[in-house]
Amino acid sequence: MFFLSSLKIAFRAIRVQRMRSALTMLGIIIGVGTVIIIINAGSGAKSQIAKQIAGIGSNLLMVFPGSTSSGGVRMGAGTKSTLCIGDAEAIKEACPSVKLVAPTWGGTAHLVFGNQNWSTSVTGTIPDMFQIRNWTLAFGFLFNQRDINTAAKVCILGQIVVENLLGDIDPIGQVIRINKIPFTVIGVLDKKGSSSYGRDQDDSIYVPLSTAQKRLFSTHIPGLVRTIMVQAKSLELMFEAEKEINALLMQRHHIQSGQEKDFTVRNLTEIMSIAQKTANIMSVLLLTIAMISLVVGGIGIMNIMLVSVTERTREIGIRMAVGGRSKDILMQFLIEAIILSLFGGLLGMVLGITACKVIAAVIKWPIPISWEALLLAFVFTGSIGVFFGFYPANKASKLNPIDALRYE
Amino acid sequence: MANLIETQDLVKVYNSGDVKVVALNGISLTIDAGGLVAVMGPSGSGKSTLMNILGCLDKPTTGKYFLEGIDIGGLDRDQLAHIRNRKIGFVFQTFNLLARTSALENVELPLIYSGVSTGKRRETAMDALHSVGLSGREDHCPNQLSGGEQQRVAIARALVNFPAIILADEPTGNLDTKSSYEIISIFQKLNIENEITVIIVTHEPDIAAFTRRNIIFRDGKVTEDKIAQKNTSACPGAMR
Ligand SMILES: Nc1ncnc2c1ncn2[C@@H]1O[C@H](COP(=O)(O)OP(=O)(O)O)[C@@H](O)[C@H]1O
Ligand SMILES: [Mg+2]
Repeated sequence: MFFLSSLKIAFRAIRVQRMRSALTMLGIIIGVGTVIIIINAGSGAKSQIAKQIAGIGSNLLMVFPGSTSSGGVRMGAGTKSTLCIGDAEAIKEACPSVKLVAPTWGGTAHLVFGNQNWSTSVTGTIPDMFQIRNWTLAFGFLFNQRDINTAAKVCILGQIVVENLLGDIDPIGQVIRINKIPFTVIGVLDKKGSSSYGRDQDDSIYVPLSTAQKRLFSTHIPGLVRTIMVQAKSLELMFEAEKEINALLMQRHHIQSGQEKDFTVRNLTEIMSIAQKTANIMSVLLLTIAMISLVVGGIGIMNIMLVSVTERTREIGIRMAVGGRSKDILMQFLIEAIILSLFGGLLGMVLGITACKVIAAVIKWPIPISWEALLLAFVFTGSIGVFFGFYPANKASKLNPIDALRYE
Repeated sequence: MANLIETQDLVKVYNSGDVKVVALNGISLTIDAGGLVAVMGPSGSGKSTLMNILGCLDKPTTGKYFLEGIDIGGLDRDQLAHIRNRKIGFVFQTFNLLARTSALENVELPLIYSGVSTGKRRETAMDALHSVGLSGREDHCPNQLSGGEQQRVAIARALVNFPAIILADEPTGNLDTKSSYEIISIFQKLNIENEITVIIVTHEPDIAAFTRRNIIFRDGKVTEDKIAQKNTSACPGAMR
């Protein structure tokens, strides 16, 4: 009951000094807003990266032709600097840490279906690639070894290609033209996601490796491949697999140790986990800044409360003269500080959530709002009110009644 | 009648910088319950200092003060607050109302600190406002009231908790004659009808004439303490 009157008194004091209260709250508003944005956008980014890692495939190594030691990838300048199917087969045969291997060859092609057309990337590969990358089919079947042997004119489409070329028509069994050559659609991949990375994956089509090499993007040397995807047997064995591949290919390409290699092995899982770590470090940094701004906001509240206690010394004296105890005065100013910071915190949350929604709409990542983060911010701002409100409130409560009354 | 107030050799010394000011220089007084007392004397003679000590707003440098037999010197802050809340109503020359706060809420203030429930608080405060003739003005803030009306709100606040004593330090100092008489008649009525002990500090002999006992101060000492033979009434209705 007394708490209610204190609440009323505090609200009145805040209302009377509207502008000043608003400015006081600004620090808290910005601090809490930033915390909400960072926590939510940060976890959104993290789950996005996690999704990309899953989309890339687990324990994935990529072998590219050319060396990166001289900066940039040098593409096939002669037989020595190129990869071929033989390399892929040798990796599968000779490297004990390797589970699956999938060579690819491809390019960009023009697709036509009825009066619709679409340009996209066409990748020739073997069925193992879908397993390496954890890609699944929404409809139809994968091509098989016989399709590869015969360089069959069959293809598997990503969802964006289906949308743009076929619309609502059931794609399975339809014949589309890839660079004027008719191909039968035998499967459609599941959607990968709304990120720009996911869109790239959805905007692709896949054909048997031999079909790409012989019918679509013919190689000047038979069996040439653009990349070799390798899946290690486990996360722990990735470095082992990398070493084995390096040793094997140096031997196959007759490169002495110390000589510049004509291929590059990339550990994609490692790259992605580095990206994730970077994102973590970034959000810790930003969170620190947000915390600092919260503390600064708290000091702002303390400052205003101190001014308020000085300005209202006579009021405090009057309250004491009619029987207000120290703890009543303490409560009154403490509640006022807590209301200021909590109200600032609430406005900050509104600001933060709005900003998250705007960011999500702009970068097209889903940013889920975490209720734990909101609760945390609420509790934190409440504590700031208590912490920074206590000193001025305590100061007010310790005043001598007659000194307070006589204060000019 | 029992001694409501008893002081023994009260001394109050102010140290402002190097200068020592002896505001009270050995005040020994007794005031009976039900008294109506005027304290008079020139400016700076220590009247306010005494009132603040009697009102438990300040403490004497030395000497003892007993209120209803209780030694006030032995009480802590919270106990003093309790006494100010329950036993004493203070009326100041400058009214000391909370600004931007309605008359009703100003009067309710002591009741908030004595833990009276909202409904009861409102009712009691309305009664107090009624008894000082301010019914219908409860929603007005101090800046919407005349000086006399503000002082009447302050009196309502002082009497709302049914105190044993009302201490009024120059309550009419800022008021015109007509308002002054209204205020004094209210004090008289409270003294007679509600049997509240009233101590009024005043400069004006005609105000003092309404009381039954006059204590005259000079340089921190009581120079004269006389019982009036008869006292006039500020308004006919206040006479018994
Ligand atoms: N807070 C104070 N600090 C220093 N001196 C004071 C203080 N209050 C009062 N005095 C001095 O004490 C004396 C008595 O003051 P006061 O009790 O206010 O007199 P009165 O009310 O009779 O005019 C005066 O000389 C005054 O200057
Ligand atoms: Mg005075």
